[in-house]
Amino acid sequence: MTETIQFELNGNPVQVSTNPDNLLLWVLRNELGLTGTKFGCGEGYCGSCTVLLDDEPVRSCMIPVKDVAGSRITTIEGLALNGSLHPIQKAFMENDALQCGYCTPGMIMNACGLLLKNPDPSRQEIILAMEDNLCRCGTYGRIIEAIQMAAEEMKGGVKG
Amino acid sequence: MKREEKITRRLSKDMNNPWGMDRRDFMRRIGGGLIIAFSAGDLALLSGCSTKPEEEKEYGVNAYLRIGEDGRVTLYTGKIEMGQGPITSLPMMLADELDVSLDSIDIIMGDTDLCPWDEGTAGSTSTRVFGQIMRAAAAEARARLLEMAAEKLSVPAAQLSVSDGIVTDRSDETRQVSYAELTQGKEILETVKEKPALKKASEFRVMGKPMLHTDGALKVTGTAKYSGDVKLPGMVYARILRPPSRGAIRLSADTSGAEAIEGVEIVKKGQLLAVLHESQDVADLAITKIKAKYKEENFAVDDKSIFEFLVQKGSEMEETDSGGSLTEGEKQAEKTFDSEFRDPYIAHAPMENHTATAVFEGDKLKIWASCQNPFPMKTDVSEALGIPEENVQLMQIFTGGAFGGKLYNPQIIEAARLAKLSGKPVQLIYKREEEFMYDYLRPAAVIKLRSGITAEGKISFWDYNLYFGGGRGSRHFYDIENHRTREFNASRTQVISKPRGEIVHPFDTGAWRAPSNNTNTFARESQMEIMAAAAGKDALEFRLEHLKNFPEMAEVLKAGAEKFGWTPARGPSGRGYGIACGIDVGTRVAVFVEVKVDGETGHVQVKRAVASQNMGMVVNPQGAIIQVEGCIIMGLGYALSEEVRFEGRKMLTRNFDTYGFTRFSWTPHIDVVLIDAQEDPPHGGGEPAIICMGGAVANAVFDATGARLYQLPLTPERVLEAIKSSKS
Repeated sequence: MTETIQFELNGNPVQVSTNPDNLLLWVLRNELGLTGTKFGCGEGYCGSCTVLLDDEPVRSCMIPVKDVAGSRITTIEGLALNGSLHPIQKAFMENDALQCGYCTPGMIMNACGLLLKNPDPSRQEIILAMEDNLCRCGTYGRIIEAIQMAAEEMKGGVKG
Repeated sequence: MKREEKITRRLSKDMNNPWGMDRRDFMRRIGGGLIIAFSAGDLALLSGCSTKPEEEKEYGVNAYLRIGEDGRVTLYTGKIEMGQGPITSLPMMLADELDVSLDSIDIIMGDTDLCPWDEGTAGSTSTRVFGQIMRAAAAEARARLLEMAAEKLSVPAAQLSVSDGIVTDRSDETRQVSYAELTQGKEILETVKEKPALKKASEFRVMGKPMLHTDGALKVTGTAKYSGDVKLPGMVYARILRPPSRGAIRLSADTSGAEAIEGVEIVKKGQLLAVLHESQDVADLAITKIKAKYKEENFAVDDKSIFEFLVQKGSEMEETDSGGSLTEGEKQAEKTFDSEFRDPYIAHAPMENHTATAVFEGDKLKIWASCQNPFPMKTDVSEALGIPEENVQLMQIFTGGAFGGKLYNPQIIEAARLAKLSGKPVQLIYKREEEFMYDYLRPAAVIKLRSGITAEGKISFWDYNLYFGGGRGSRHFYDIENHRTREFNASRTQVISKPRGEIVHPFDTGAWRAPSNNTNTFARESQMEIMAAAAGKDALEFRLEHLKNFPEMAEVLKAGAEKFGWTPARGPSGRGYGIACGIDVGTRVAVFVEVKVDGETGHVQVKRAVASQNMGMVVNPQGAIIQVEGCIIMGLGYALSEEVRFEGRKMLTRNFDTYGFTRFSWTPHIDVVLIDAQEDPPHGGGEPAIICMGGAVANAVFDATGARLYQLPLTPERVLEAIKSSKS
């Protein structure tokens, strides 16, 4: 029961011939070769697999690929613009807001979704929006600072 | 003895001096086994270099580095990067010792075909052990290069200086020769034969200055590769059928439902039963279609009754420390305190599950794996599959968190067996429920601690009895004349689920970040504040009065107290302040916290934390601070909520909905004080601060509420219960 499913991925149209019930996470990783999106818990609890679906952060381990037909998907690989890092990526680097780096793509995508909706979040709003993304190494404090820095940087108007 | 057992036993012991000898002896010892390779080619590099564990058993690590004909320096290490930062700090050390720029250094980590044998990345050994050996190699390399330059320029070596890999004749600065030119066309294999002179801190240009992690760009772009990111032609994804509980034996299995799915391959050998498919989704579905019957083990203990069970089973006693007379101490005591501290099983729960990708290329088995110890795993794979060690290569890319849990890697053996049985490249990524069920959990433990104070508030005796936790951190360091430390089946039964055929731990247990020391520090530091409060003394003062013979610890405490803004008060002061201090992997550390306790819900919020530590020489202050922050944030998890649930040998904790660890909203403001000790040898950095979190938070909860909690984690239910009983 293979179907052809079309959607926009990181600004480009793609079509995949796959089982429509296959999860977006595995289609991205195993069929489209975009391994920046990570498998963490498989049940939507940890956020390692977060991508943007029409600018909304979603858990790609919970979404069958058929559900994204016709939509826009953005993954960590699609954030850099014209070869230069997205302000959130830069801010994560400058704040050393990562250790093992495994949760980092999901953190950045979730933060991206937040800043698209709320370009100037308070510390409390950042915490609320990020609360269900888990990091085991303990980098939360630096991630909050990185998101604040990126928000400041993006006030000039950078496309998310 | 199982290798896992050896590792855990080693890590659970006192690790402040892992070599068991003094620094001078250590340097003499490493002289003989250390290899430096100056080479144009890999063959020359590898010939004569040790890749066998038995040759390195004394110190478990080795180093070699190569200066290529292009002048680039390559450091080969069996250590791996799992977020703790050696990919950044090791090149910093090398740059200073060799006088080359950081960007001329490449680092190759954890590839068993290329790197020197290494026991594993654990026990904070990357800097304090491996780093020192590597510096010695680099110093020797620099000396050898200077000799070569002296010959080439026909001047005495003493007349030369080096900067950025360029050797200059100080008497005529136009006369220069680069490391690249010196190594051109040479194939020289050198070993360190005498103790090399390491640079002093005053000579460091790179070390001691904060530096951002160099792997940041790879990690923020999603291009950093982990072992599950490897995709090979014809690769299939595996799911293994798991029993309902540990130790269950499969009696029968009906695989027809899985076989009916197109493309599914069933692999069955003994108790190993797996499905393979070119789609992960299909493999995940197919495994659910297998119907199997099991014989489960009868083990009538659960997460609540385990503590009494452990005390009953604690039959083998070892006295590890003692002094004075407990009887005499009891006589001097005006007040005595009997406490029983309890600590549950907790999981490592790294964000990246145990993963391995395995492929046979002819006779050669190649494995990419998320593990902390590729070299010992290579031996294990070779033994498990019955193939020669030289036909096995493990490759380490990035590891997505480990914390001790990836010293144990059943997934590697499983993926290798499946690759062998199927003849296909196989990728095995554990599901989260497998991650909990097959984790080598931090062992549950009980500490029975009896102590007393005199009328003047001096500790007159200390009787510490540890059941099953592991000895690291169990010996106190306070001025107490009459004392005894005993371990009941402590370091002896760390990873053995079935000593002498009898189940004690229902699950495998092993090394969890600062193994055993979290448990021991929680008990010791809680007892200290119990006594301080009873003596009517300030918790800091009370400690300092018992640290007259340990000024280094007093210094760390005072520095932390100053940063925290500690003012003396008798506990419980209502302020919600708590302290814990301890020693781990050589580092003296103290943590101060302030908590807010919600009297209605029992919820504990840590508002701020100060960590103060003397870790000796600091290579990358930025990395060191980040490790301390990580310790505090991760440590809040075991202090406040981590606890696996089980019934018998059935693991009930399956995912993050029922295994709570620190989240964004729990994160306190953190300040880190690093005591300046740059001329001292480096101690551990990735583990020490975490040992204080249970004790500091429990003490702060007492200070806030007057309720003393003896069992971790400090869940809202336990806090409410303790508040209730403290009032009655």
